[in-house]
Amino acid sequence: MTLTRLLTTAALALGLATGAVAQDKTRVGFIYVGPIGDGGWTYEHDKGRLAVEEHFGDAVETVYQESVPEGADAERAITQMALQGADLIFTTSFGFMEATLAVAEKFPNVKFEHATGYKTAPNVSTYSARFYEGRAVQGHIAGKMTKSNIVGYIASYPIPEVIRGINSAYIHARKVNPDVEFKIIWAYTWFDPAKEADAAQALIEQGADVILQHTDSTAPQAAAEKAGNVVTFGQASDMAEYAPFPRVSSIIDNWAPYYIARTQAVIDGTWETTETWDGIGPGMVGIGEITDAVPTEVKAEALALKEAMAAGEYHPFTGPLNRQDGSVWLAEGEVADDGTLLGMDFYVEGLTGQIPN
Amino acid sequence: MGTINPELLLAAVIVAATPILLAALGELVVERAGVLNLGVEGMMITGAICGFAVAVNSGSPALGFVAAAAGGAVLALLFALLTQVALANQVASGLALTLFGLGLSSLLGQGYQGIKPPPTPRLDLGPLSDIPFLGRVMFSHDLMVYLALGLVAAVWAMLKYTRAGLILRAVGENHDAAHALGYKVVRVRVLAILFGGACAGLGGAYISLVRVPQWTEGMTSGAGWIALALVVFASWKAGRVLLGAWLFGGVTVLQLNLQAAGFAIPVEFLSMSPYLITILVLVIMARDKSCAPASLGRIFHASQ
Amino acid sequence: MLRLEPRPQPSRLWTLTTPPLAVLITMIAGGALFAALGKDPVEAIATIFWQPLFGEFSFYYRPQLLIKAAPLILIAIGLSLGFRAGIWNIGAEGQYIIGALAGAGVALAFYPYESALIFPLMVLAGALGGWAWAMIPALLKLRFGTNEILVSLMLVYVAEQLLAAMALGLMKNPEGRGFPGSRNLRQYDSAHNAELIAGTGMHWGVAAALIAVILAYILLSRHSLGFHIRLAGQAPRAARFAGVHPGRLVVFCLGTAGALAGLAGMFEVAGPAGQVSIDFNVGYGFTAIIVAFLGRLHPVGIALAGLLMALTYIGGEMAQSTMGLPAAAIQLFQGMLLFFLLAVDLLTNYRIRLRQREVA
Repeated sequence: MTLTRLLTTAALALGLATGAVAQDKTRVGFIYVGPIGDGGWTYEHDKGRLAVEEHFGDAVETVYQESVPEGADAERAITQMALQGADLIFTTSFGFMEATLAVAEKFPNVKFEHATGYKTAPNVSTYSARFYEGRAVQGHIAGKMTKSNIVGYIASYPIPEVIRGINSAYIHARKVNPDVEFKIIWAYTWFDPAKEADAAQALIEQGADVILQHTDSTAPQAAAEKAGNVVTFGQASDMAEYAPFPRVSSIIDNWAPYYIARTQAVIDGTWETTETWDGIGPGMVGIGEITDAVPTEVKAEALALKEAMAAGEYHPFTGPLNRQDGSVWLAEGEVADDGTLLGMDFYVEGLTGQIPN
Repeated sequence: MGTINPELLLAAVIVAATPILLAALGELVVERAGVLNLGVEGMMITGAICGFAVAVNSGSPALGFVAAAAGGAVLALLFALLTQVALANQVASGLALTLFGLGLSSLLGQGYQGIKPPPTPRLDLGPLSDIPFLGRVMFSHDLMVYLALGLVAAVWAMLKYTRAGLILRAVGENHDAAHALGYKVVRVRVLAILFGGACAGLGGAYISLVRVPQWTEGMTSGAGWIALALVVFASWKAGRVLLGAWLFGGVTVLQLNLQAAGFAIPVEFLSMSPYLITILVLVIMARDKSCAPASLGRIFHASQ
Repeated sequence: MLRLEPRPQPSRLWTLTTPPLAVLITMIAGGALFAALGKDPVEAIATIFWQPLFGEFSFYYRPQLLIKAAPLILIAIGLSLGFRAGIWNIGAEGQYIIGALAGAGVALAFYPYESALIFPLMVLAGALGGWAWAMIPALLKLRFGTNEILVSLMLVYVAEQLLAAMALGLMKNPEGRGFPGSRNLRQYDSAHNAELIAGTGMHWGVAAALIAVILAYILLSRHSLGFHIRLAGQAPRAARFAGVHPGRLVVFCLGTAGALAGLAGMFEVAGPAGQVSIDFNVGYGFTAIIVAFLGRLHPVGIALAGLLMALTYIGGEMAQSTMGLPAAAIQLFQGMLLFFLLAVDLLTNYRIRLRQREVA
């Protein structure tokens, strides 16, 4: 198989060479999992792309392809961009991991950046955001704002990213409100507005007066608005159209600084394989404006918490913390290591219910 | 562990059922006329964006719903041209219509993300809303919910008691005989298809204007297919469409409520349950042989 | 006034000339659409139809056409048998998923043991899985008379939930740091559905599609079973007199379609896709229904229709990334192509005549 692989590589490299001759601009490609009009995940990545265009002007040309399915289609879409002379390609969904690595092997001269994955190569970096820092802020506000002591949480799939968010929010809600209880619905979708609306409704009927969501649509916001006295937070994008109430704050994915920095690195020839996992500090995770619906002192505390995390003085997963079964996870003052966080598959003590599977 | 309030649950089910109810009613009429239009999803999403865009620009949800019906009907007209004039295969045409509608709606919807539509007001039914239990369950909704329920009754009565209904059924059962009797088969079918499109459009707009309410691409996420399933589930009877819509909406809502109430349930398996239950009900109801319109899906050409 | 007059036999001339005609009309209408979106229509059309076949990088795209078309053709061939007999299996997507799960399940069960027997076993499991999933609507139809359209469609959603459960649970890669999705079968030599000749795109699924086309052609034109299938579709009552057993036909048609869809899923998961993931299925099962009709339910037609669909997908992707056309425009364009292809079929089966005033 090595011979055939070599042949393919040669053929593709040839194609790359011919494709790359005529240009002096740096070409940056983006592969999106959804439509850029999804108002959430892909929408924010595309805002990052537009920021790259604006920052570099004529020196950089960007291309993108939206709604790319995972698997063979992703591999083709990425190859296509590489063939057409892209110098740097961002693949913006976990499901593109294997495809990105497969294409990267054939195009050693093109740089690849894979979002939220864990496999790297000499020309493949990974990047992701520490959204759990934002969840900590949300948890704090939620714990303070709830009167029924019931916080509803619309989760998508039981994967580490989502579980991390639940744990972080719960830890910080409990810190300020020991009686708080989390009710969690697993929607098994990232995006299904009608189902999200139903889930929010069900949580509200169960007495939740704060709702956190890890799905992308504004449907839960609308359900909360209708209910009248339920607090929500924007997810992925600011969802400012529901401010100042029910939406009292939000977590915003802000990829622009990273995309600009990495493009600059390619232009300068200083690009290296990195595993970036940035939080509030470098600006990858944004906290949307905390509205006046939140009492002033709570807002001040939340902002202080945000600043502490941004400055690196505080880590949301700092001991003493136990696992759900009561066993010790982190001792007093101990901080969770990234490895455990990346593969998190357990609830912390106090959360009820089980993670599916 | 919380308990589930049946009052609120039922009220939620009625709202959740409305979009699929509207779309399924339209499709029921279409199929009763002997036409199988699998493009419901495409017509729903087109209705969703047409309704949303007009409601946002005019500030009137009512105008939005009118536009949604019109948008759905225009898309359905394409299907009618294809299947009734060009005599193309209905299954393939319907699938193509869905593809077309999804693409069209995304194009039309550019620039409408992140906008809040004007709210559709709750209908004030005065003292009715104060009736214990029933008041919360039945009399606390917006106008479209009642329109949908009214439409169920209207379609049922139309099919059962009116001459128009009789002609429609005759065309669906045996188009050659109906033609021989002098009925305009193609005209009846085109009208039925347009009605189906308008209903699907309304159902889509109910999602984008009331249930969610927002515009995002692909937001109907499969509701059109469920509507299709409902028609067969209901064995082409209007009253049973209503029951089916409540059952479908009910299982989904109940599943989420059980989770919210803290019951440890296997989510994937519960998410399957509406479909498994449909199959089960189908098996039970299959003994009723008076079901499908005999000419369903067959191409009609008047050879004189 | 125009009048349609049925032809006693479908016109051979029009059968061959209508598809290019439809493509031509689509190019004009699509060009207008692209122009309305502010893009150069000629360039857009050329990108979609010309670039993948003869453009600069066609050495890469031609094999990709085969990879994209193979599952469509394989599934559509199976479906076409049923459609001819009036048996409506629209749940191929579900059968495709189950086939993939069964095939991948065998591979994952043997991992990391290497043996030349594993791949054949996977093929068998994939076909069996799809077959079994299709037998549910078949048996329910036979036993209870339930409608197979609905049951097969419902089972698609059940299969999708099963897929999610597997990707998140049983089949999850134990070395995947808790992320959903199975091991990459492309890195497991015994299970990898690799290219048979490097750089051609020819994997076992392409070979299977080719074999299916040939076998279906022989079945329909030479074998009595093929005759029965056609008869059952055209004249159900006559078929019964001719000794056709409708039950057996249902089992055969649904079973074959299921097995082929299952095979397609298995070849996909072991090759181009590589792993079981939540979003493994991308709608091949539904697109194949369109392909079957575009190919006029004829094996050779289906092969050509599958390739044409694959071309619009791949060319459409190119137009997106090189010209910045929105994905929605491409979807709309595909919808148009299907509409026109279906509409011009009229000319094959009917003659258009000027209506003559009858003398009273």
